[in-house]
Amino acid sequence: MNTAADVTTAEGAGSEGGVVLQARDIVKTYGGTRALKGVNFEIHRGEVTTLFGENGAGKSTLMKILSGVEQPTSGQIALDGEPVTFATTTDARDHGIAIIHQELSLAPNLSVRDNIFLGREITRSGGVDFAEESRQTAALLEDMRLDVDPSTPVGDLRVGQQQIVEIARALSIDARILIMDEPTSALAAREVEILFGIIEDLTSRGVSLVYISHHLEEALQVTDHAVVLRDGSMTARGAREDIDLEWIVRHMVGENFDLGSPPQGYAFGQSVLQIQDLTVRDPENAERAVVDQLSLEVREGEIVCVYGLMGAGRTELLEAVAGRGEIAGGRILYQGGTLDGESIRERIAMGIGLVPEDRQRDGLVPTMSVGQNLTLASIKQFLRRGFTSRRAENALATSLITDVTVKAPGPGVGIGSLSGGNQQKVVIGKVLATRPGVMLLDEPSRGIDIGAKAEVFGLLAQRAREGLAVVYSTSEIEECFSIAHRIVVLHRGRISAEFGPDAAKADVMAASGEVVTS
Amino acid sequence: MTSTAAGDAPRKLDLSKLLIESRAFLALALIIVIFSLLSPNFLTIDNLLIMSSHVAIFALLSLGQLLVVLTGGIDLSVGSILGFTAVIAGFLLRGVPLSMFGVTLYPSVPAAVLIAVVLGGALGLINGVLVARFKVAPFVATLGMLYVVRGFALLMTNGRTINDLSGDEALGNTGFEWLGFNRILGIPAGVLIMAVIALVLAVVLGRTTFGRWLYATGGNERASQLSGVPVRSVTIWVYVISGLCSAVAGIILASTLTSASPTAGNTYELTAIAGVVIGGAALSGGRGTVRGTLLGAFVIGFLSDGLVLIGVSAYWQTVFVGAVIVVAVLLNTLQYGRPRKAPKATAAAPADGGGPAGGDGPADGAEPAGATTPPGPSAPDPRAPD
Repeated sequence: MNTAADVTTAEGAGSEGGVVLQARDIVKTYGGTRALKGVNFEIHRGEVTTLFGENGAGKSTLMKILSGVEQPTSGQIALDGEPVTFATTTDARDHGIAIIHQELSLAPNLSVRDNIFLGREITRSGGVDFAEESRQTAALLEDMRLDVDPSTPVGDLRVGQQQIVEIARALSIDARILIMDEPTSALAAREVEILFGIIEDLTSRGVSLVYISHHLEEALQVTDHAVVLRDGSMTARGAREDIDLEWIVRHMVGENFDLGSPPQGYAFGQSVLQIQDLTVRDPENAERAVVDQLSLEVREGEIVCVYGLMGAGRTELLEAVAGRGEIAGGRILYQGGTLDGESIRERIAMGIGLVPEDRQRDGLVPTMSVGQNLTLASIKQFLRRGFTSRRAENALATSLITDVTVKAPGPGVGIGSLSGGNQQKVVIGKVLATRPGVMLLDEPSRGIDIGAKAEVFGLLAQRAREGLAVVYSTSEIEECFSIAHRIVVLHRGRISAEFGPDAAKADVMAASGEVVTS
Repeated sequence: MTSTAAGDAPRKLDLSKLLIESRAFLALALIIVIFSLLSPNFLTIDNLLIMSSHVAIFALLSLGQLLVVLTGGIDLSVGSILGFTAVIAGFLLRGVPLSMFGVTLYPSVPAAVLIAVVLGGALGLINGVLVARFKVAPFVATLGMLYVVRGFALLMTNGRTINDLSGDEALGNTGFEWLGFNRILGIPAGVLIMAVIALVLAVVLGRTTFGRWLYATGGNERASQLSGVPVRSVTIWVYVISGLCSAVAGIILASTLTSASPTAGNTYELTAIAGVVIGGAALSGGRGTVRGTLLGAFVIGFLSDGLVLIGVSAYWQTVFVGAVIVVAVLLNTLQYGRPRKAPKATAAAPADGGGPAGGDGPADGAEPAGATTPPGPSAPDPRAPD
């Protein structure tokens, strides 16, 4: 069982519930990145195993492998002691493994019944036996204590109810192992309790669960076993009775990587960005404010870290400043002037730059070269008499490549040939090329390796020294304690606390709602 | 994530890469060689010029279409706009009876041409606004325009062709056929107009801010918007330009025939799209060139005319053109959209927590083909395009 020497095993990890699934030495590489470096993982019958780990630790990758979404580069999976391979999700499903993704995979236009039987309709004499399907659905829903009519369109249900429908669907195919990826992130407190009740029911019926959550305390309430991943390796495992919050946090975060320190030795300039009572509503649910009367001020040369869990409003806050999405209330001032009514384009010209969270979706143009991507927001700079000058463009692109230390053979190569970290540097370079006064970075370190992370932070620190105001968001606690002069914690759209660079990790996490007390 | 495509492509692949990239040119060369062998009349200056003036009509439509396709859209209304503007020009040249004053107004030829072209642009504007402002799918918006405009052309003429557009000396509106018949330095005016427009568009695409915005919008609209590209107005403008190109093509066609048929240009939108595709543009947007599109239009035009010249039935022409389109698209896939073993770049980031969890298996591939693959073929497949 203990194959890796550095794995901490809390005492008494062996448990009476037998092992139903065992994954051994699972390695997964994407191109040159090793997302999983030989992970061992066990699921116990009728018990809940929780995977802990920060973003990028490899939790989702591991779950994708267990559910057949992806295949491991190497390693074995054994189900009830028999070696198995899951080539597809259907394969995994046939073995009784179902996964419930963070983003639900229900068809909102179809009814609860049709969703549950989607793709395996009960037929009788050539037609679908809706009556039988409805009967079975009603029975399932009753089991789940969900009081809705089977013919209700799923789109009309609340997210929490949809989640339960998804669980019902998994159970209707006799899932023995149910993987839940962040099932509570979209749920209200009451719905979480219902979910936990269902989880208890399921385990008592012998269903094994794998639970992934960022809400550590919440996860501790339901779990029987904990497995901690860090950086693609398993760092610790233990049974519930032998572990506590501190244990999890310690193994999740590990030793501090050196992500830099706040640049010192200069005074901040004047206030560049002032956010006053900003409110942004959830476009899908006008009742909910994703940013709730938030006020924040940033000065020249200052680096502010916005820390918060998923759904805390980090992205919405930064996008509102950059000019995407509608503002429901409050105002944003840049260098004393209001940004009300200014387009994204005008804001860029004024000096506001955003490095979006999802660089594939919002940051890069995949059909363009590295150079064209770098210069996309500053075409003006290489116009000569109204026409683009190839020479001027090349010069600009080449200097940007050097500035942000992109590892690319030249500006002409395709953007797709770069690694994640270098792609991120290209997006940052593109924003820097517009000579911004304030730079907003939404999870700038997402999906890039630790070395590139440090380089990105180093770059930002250097720019801040030159007077750039930097606001970056993160959901990884250790990144708060890198270059930021100030840590602002978001919780449900509001600033729940502010800290200096020498605050305690536990306090920051507590303010985010990740840990209720510590 | 390291890319397989750029990283391990050894030198020996350069030949196949070259073949794929210059496929439209090779196809045209092949067509010229084959037909020259089959018919002594094919490769004569005279025949080449005649064929070129046929091509000019399609090339103009294809060039406008190219801009739309570069943004990831499609313009199905070009054939109808061509027919409509031809009818408008014919209508104006035959005199506009103003019953209120008991007179008939005869606009001069430049005025008639200008009005028709502006109208073409206006129809394009409607397309553009529908697509960019009201978020109507380009296919649907321009399909509607295809019907509406064709209907108006038929209504205006009662379905009859307007004949004799040569005008009257006394009314001062002669010279319309100049566009269709006149030659400058031996080259038909229509071909010259096509060449000038192609040149202008090539400069616009390659050397202007608008051109860069256009490629960016087609490559990734969201990212472009966040980079300050005025995506909406770019989109509107490409449809306007497509409408203008269609109108110019309509004028040239009416001038060549000295008549305006309300059914002129029927199904030309498909030929225009074919030209763009054969020219190597990606229908998903962001990739394509003026040069390629011109070659694509010439491939279709020369193929059709060549088949006529050697006496192959018109029905076979349809079959051949269809086959060429399919082969062209296959080669496009080789160049842009070859499925890679490595996962897409987004998935490569093991995105716990905040990441797009990528649905449940097959739903993953929602992005347009080729959008996430690096450019440049890596398939060692040295087949010449045929």
